[in-house]
Order: sequence, then structure tokens, then C-alpha cells
Amino acid sequence: MSKINRRDFFKLSLGIGSGLVIGFNLQSCNTHTTNENKLDNAFKPNAWLKISTDNTITITVAESEMGQGIMTSLPMLIAEELDADWSSIQVERAPVDPAFGYQVTGGSTSVRNAWQPLREAGSAARSMLISAAALNWKIPEAQCLTELGYITNKLNDKKLSYGELAEAAAQLDIPQTSILKDPEDFKIIGKSTPLLNAPDMIKGRTIFGCDVSLPGMLIATITHCPFFSGKLISFDSNDAKKISGVESIFQIDNSIVIVGNHYWAVKKAQDLLKINWQNKTHNELTSERIFQMQNTAMQNPADIIHERGDIDKALSSAEKIITATYQSPFQAHATMEPMNCVAHVHDDICEVWAPTQSPDRAKETASDVLYSKTEKLTEKVKQKLGAEPSNNIHIHTTFLGGGFGRRLQQDYVAEAVKISKITGKPIKLIWSREEDIQHDYYRPATSHKLEAGLNKAGKPVAWKHLVVGSSKGKSTGGAANSAYAIDHFSLQYIQQEHPIPTGPWRSVGDSHNGFILESFIDELANAASEDPYEYRAQLLTNAPRHKAVLDKAAEKSAWGKPLPEGHFQGIALHNCYGSYVAQVAEISVNKLGKVKVHRVVCVIDCGMVINPDTIKAQMEGGIVFGLTACLKSAITIKNGRVAQSNLNNFQLLKMHEMPIIETHIISSNEAPGGVGEPPVPPIAAAVTNAVYAATGKRIRKLPIQSDELI
Amino acid sequence: MYHLTINGQKHKVDAPDDMPLLWVLRDLLSLTGTKYSCGIGECGSCTVHIDGEAALSCITPISSIGNSKITTIEGLTSDKPHPLEKAWIAEQVTQCGYCQPGQIMAAAALLAENPEPTDEDIDNAMSGNLCRCGTYQRIRRAIHLAATYYADDKLSEKDNV
Repeated sequence: MSKINRRDFFKLSLGIGSGLVIGFNLQSCNTHTTNENKLDNAFKPNAWLKISTDNTITITVAESEMGQGIMTSLPMLIAEELDADWSSIQVERAPVDPAFGYQVTGGSTSVRNAWQPLREAGSAARSMLISAAALNWKIPEAQCLTELGYITNKLNDKKLSYGELAEAAAQLDIPQTSILKDPEDFKIIGKSTPLLNAPDMIKGRTIFGCDVSLPGMLIATITHCPFFSGKLISFDSNDAKKISGVESIFQIDNSIVIVGNHYWAVKKAQDLLKINWQNKTHNELTSERIFQMQNTAMQNPADIIHERGDIDKALSSAEKIITATYQSPFQAHATMEPMNCVAHVHDDICEVWAPTQSPDRAKETASDVLYSKTEKLTEKVKQKLGAEPSNNIHIHTTFLGGGFGRRLQQDYVAEAVKISKITGKPIKLIWSREEDIQHDYYRPATSHKLEAGLNKAGKPVAWKHLVVGSSKGKSTGGAANSAYAIDHFSLQYIQQEHPIPTGPWRSVGDSHNGFILESFIDELANAASEDPYEYRAQLLTNAPRHKAVLDKAAEKSAWGKPLPEGHFQGIALHNCYGSYVAQVAEISVNKLGKVKVHRVVCVIDCGMVINPDTIKAQMEGGIVFGLTACLKSAITIKNGRVAQSNLNNFQLLKMHEMPIIETHIISSNEAPGGVGEPPVPPIAAAVTNAVYAATGKRIRKLPIQSDELI
Repeated sequence: MYHLTINGQKHKVDAPDDMPLLWVLRDLLSLTGTKYSCGIGECGSCTVHIDGEAALSCITPISSIGNSKITTIEGLTSDKPHPLEKAWIAEQVTQCGYCQPGQIMAAAALLAENPEPTDEDIDNAMSGNLCRCGTYQRIRRAIHLAATYYADDKLSEKDNV
């Protein structure tokens, strides 16, 4: 057991009969806050635990559920320390309220942030229930046992349920210290636990953003300017207006909005609009041109992102130099639920229902739409003078039909609020799939030059990686995460501007840098005529967690052992978001150059394991996400706009292309790492390294083109 | 005015002839379990049954339905849990859940026609249903499992007779 000083907990009074409610703040414990914020947070819980007199235990979670299983994993942490009966657990999505912290879900952070405070909250509640029982029975607390939502009097085996004790416990002070269980005593954490929200999902009852309905609500859709940096000059809506069910058509910013009674009416009208777009600035822009510009920019002076040793000296004195250039394309998120948002602006109040990864950013966005800078400044001053914050923007977070980083952006929220403000009606904005694909915040396209110096033994002594992209963090992220023992290392970056909007895409910079690092190390192994697994393992002597996942992946995939005729293996490894993942892909290439991935063995060390089945599901999902980018799709730019428009030309991996995925988890008592993003980075390299083994052809651009493998 | 039979209930619907069934269900009848994702019959999120066969409701105009009987995810389950629901829970298939009603409807149509599908049968029947979360492996397992539940149900029905 570990004893720690209690962090800020707050007993909340929701009136007599409501049981025991403990509020706590997830963020103040984990992030460095300014003094001002600290003061703010000190009295403001952003999550709570409620034990009701009817024995139900409700946990309020301020994280967005988008398939990562967070609405099950977080309650597991509380239930464990509380010794609760899992079947009594209910979970609620926290509302956005000034009293709650800043809500954003991304970067595989949910469990990592909540790991400590949620267990402490469970432990605090358990202590209070024990105290209440001990007082009731007039026995020492040490004579009380907790199990499955009951407290047992060890002296006479009498039992009281948590619900029966909740009111009495609510009268007590919250204990000053939290006692947390030793991991070996865990009964819930580390056991595969069914997802609490699955039953509703499979009955079609889950309410996603696009399922929200309000009385009197109208449906809206929007046509954005398809050309980057293009402009709306004029439009003719005469034919569109004739569609029965269309109420109004108007311009907001550089887009045209159609409002009507149902989606089919507005969609049909949208297709009938005659629009005159101006596309002067970038009408010649293509992906090829962007890659050419990046290639030319490689001559420019670079920023040093990370450096150790003396890279130039080491390269000039190396026995052998290996160089390669890689390209990584734009990628769309293509969540199955297209962008959408419901808004109702009325009587000085703005209500928003949004499938968003950041309710707080949604709120800021709505505020930016509704209030001028002066109004916002005045409000700030008023609050400084002691006025209550005016709480007239309400964000309701729905379930998300996929996120992957796309829903960290709030563009659809701004539009929905504008449309409701203009029409004065509750409206549901639904983007067509075409708009969704063509107006994403794309994973940035990047170009990479790699240079390695090998010593006489064929081992790398110098590694230089130059990245050219349009945003430093998203372009270089993860490129310094290599754990290989290489004395001289340099990661450099050159900015090359273009007008394509970019954003985080599942695993962000690691998504392409994982591919590039693990392809290039494979090139080095090949140059040294060494086995790719052995070569990596020899360079990981000071990286035990990396080496452990690599070794296990080799073992479980029977690396190097005979395979079925025509099958080949490739291996790759990457660490990001606090976790370590190694994968071995087994593939074949047919006469037409088509790559078939038969099997992927995936090993993850994410430290402490919360819900093993969720980890496996995330490994499967991340591998599929990465395989789509490796084998199927990319976003390309043609004539100044996105060339792809729907799921027929931005194709996702399908059932018949699904490999068998076998996940092994290395469990430890290290702090939990993320699981949403870490499976993505290694998979493309595992596949293309296997393609090299099969064909002798090195893939340095994704997705793989079959004609290059014939 | 159209007369539709959906999940055993009759509905009178005033809709334009070309209105896809998807939007009739979602926007006129508030049956939101059937999902919009691509609108061109490419992803399977909108899968329903028309006379027991899987159909893509986003490209099925209301005028083409006639007297056919429509089943949506809301109508798949009657009084007891459907074998596919049990299998979907047992295999913990769902992630974001958005495509799952369509997946389950496609799987139900497959099992109705082919009670013991092979992996290849599943690939053929399910390749029109996309899942960005990548739940395919679990869907495949859940369909095999549901097939055994169906078989068990049939056995127990025989026992009862």
C-alpha cells in the first residue's frame, strides 16, 4: 500500500438523500498551473464520484468517448480503490461549466492524467464509508472490511451496503491522506472489463452529434470554397431554392449555407447551386509541386531540433555513408461520422450539442462567434471586479463517431452557431462526406533526408535527419524518439509554407516519423548485411523497454523461422505517448504487385495495464488506421484543391484486407502509457520492411504503389 | 404519400419520390440508429433490411420500396437479445460504435442466408461495411460466434417441440 497526502477533494452537497458526493479536480494535480489558475481550480472540481442511497455509483468523466473506451477505463480506476461492485457503476459525461477544468481529449492522455487522482478519489470515499460503518457499529475501523460495495464487520459478519452508509459518510470530513492499493491487490484494474456503453451502441441507441434532435430544429448543410485560398465571388441559388423543403440559402464567410426541413432537401439544393469561385492564387498547386518545393527547400538553413555528439565530424570520418529520401503525404481523418453540430442561439443563450474532442475549445469558438473582443474584455473586467461569470454558452458533448484528432478542431461548431444566430432557429449542421474529405485539417505532407554513417562493424555512429514540412511540431514529432545507441545524432527542420490546413492525425508526427525511422534503420541493417531484428536488438542495449517489446515480437512471430511459401516478415519498433510498441508483419506480394498483409504480431508495453481488452482493441484499430495509410489512401492536391471527395476515392481498409492481429501486452508497474496512438507509427514500416524482404524494393513513399513492385 | 412498414409498424410518410430511405428514417421518422456516412453506397453505415435482404438505405429512394418490409437496427431485436447482439458483446466489438448498426444489419442478413459462413463468406458479405476504428477482426469473430448461438437456438427450439 502506498500512503500519500490527499490532494484537493471537495464534498459536494446536492441536498438530503443524495448520498455521498466527492468532487475532485483532474487537471490541477497533473499540469503546472499558473497561480491564478491554481486559485481558480482550488475550489472547482472537474469530476465527481457519487454514491447514492440506492447503491448506484455514478462517476462523472470530463473526457470525450470516441472509441478509445475511456468511459469504462476511468470508472475502473475509481471502482478499484473503492472496492465497488462493478455492476453498480454508472458513468456520465461531465457538462462544460466554468466550474469544471479545461476539457480536451487527445494525445493519448486520459488514463495517464487520471491514473492517480481517480484512484485517490475512490480511496477517499472508501475511507469515509469505513469511518461511517465503524461509528455505526462502534468498532475500530480496522475491524471493517470492504468488498463489492459492502462493508463487513469482521467481529460478527454483519454487512452494510455503501448506499446505506452514504448519507452518514457524507457528514464526515474527507481524510487527509489517501491509501492506495498495491497493484498485486487489484481486482478490477488489469482485468478485461466489458465496455459500459457497448449495449446501447449495438442497439443503435447511442446519441452521436448527428442524432441530436430539438423541437422545431432545421437541418443545414454547407458548401465551402474548394480551392485553398480561393474566394466566393457570387452564386446563383434560383434552382436550388425551388427544392421543396428548402427554407433559406445564404453566405457565411467564404461558404454557402442551405437550411431546410430535412437533409435530403438541403443536399439536393446544394448540388443545384451555381457558384463562381475565384481561384487565382493557388490554382496550379499540386501535391507534386509541394514535394518539389520541399525538396528545393532542403538547401535552406535548417533549425536544429535535437542534437548530440558532433554529427558533421562523425559523418566525415564514418566508414560508410548511407543516404535516403522519404516522402509522407497528406492524410485525412475520415471519421465515419462526418462533421456536424447542433446549435440553438436564443434569448441571449447559446446551446451547442457537438461531437467534439474539446468541449472547452467549442465553448471558446462559440464565444468568438457571438461576442466582439470589446464585449469579451468587458466581461473579463466585470469578473475581475467580482461579478459572477455570465454562463450563457452551454456545450453538450455527445458521443463521437470517431475523432483521431479531427474533432480537436471546432470549425463546424463556429458554423452551426453562426447559422443558428442568423436563422434564429435551432439547427443541425451536417457536412456532406464530400465536404468532410475536402475540408479537413490534414496530417501535413513532409519530406525527409536521412544520412547515416556506419563504422567498420556496420553499426551506425552518426544519424542525421532533415525534415521539411509546414508545421514544426507535427512534422518532426517523434523523430528524436529513436532509442538506438548512436553517438552522433542530429534532427533538423526546415519550414516550407503552403496553404493546406493541417492538424493532428492519430499519433501526429510519430505517424510518419515512425515509418521513416524504422525503414531507414532497416536500410542500415541491410547495408551491414545483418538480420533486421538482430541489428536493432544490438543497438538497444541501453533501452530495456524497447528491447523487451522487440524481443517478444520476434519470439511470438517466430521471426526467422520458415514461413508459408511466398510469405515474408518485416519488423518495426517505436515508442511514443509513454508506450513502447513492436510489430512484425507477415506479407506476400502477388504478380500484380499487390501486397497482402496476412498477420501482424503486436507487442505493447504501456506500463500499468488498466483494461487489457481495450488495449488490444486499440492495437487492432491503430494497426488498421496505419494500414489504410500504408496500403490504400492519401490525400493529394490537384488544381489547388483536394483531389479526393468520398470513400470511393479515399478508400479505407476493408474486411477482406484485414490481417490477423495478435496482441501481446507486457505488463509492469510503470505509470500507464497511452494506447490510442502508439500502435500507428510502426505498422507501415513493418509492412514495407517485409516488402523489401519479399521484393528487394525499398518503399520510401506511401501508400505503396503496386506498379512499383512488379 | 408513402405507406411504409418499418419494424412491423405502418408509417405514412410525405416525402419526395427521390428521397433516400436513410433520410426518411432519420429526419422524418426519428429512427436515428441507421447512420449517414458517405451517401453514395460506399461504406455500409446505412445498411437496413428490405424484405430481409441487406440494402443501402442512402441510395434507396423511397419510391422504389413499394410494399416491401423494412427492418432497421431498432427493429432487429424483439423480446430477447439477438444472437448478434450477444456475440457483439462477447467479442467486445465496438469502439466508436458509429458503423456498428450497419455492420450488425449486414451480418444479420448474411447469417439468415448462410448460417455457417466461412471467413471467405464473411469477407464477401462484409467488405461493403467500413469501420475506421478497425474492428474487423472482432466482427469476423462475432459473426462466427453468433452462428453458433443461432444453431443453439434452433436446437433448443427443437427440444421445446
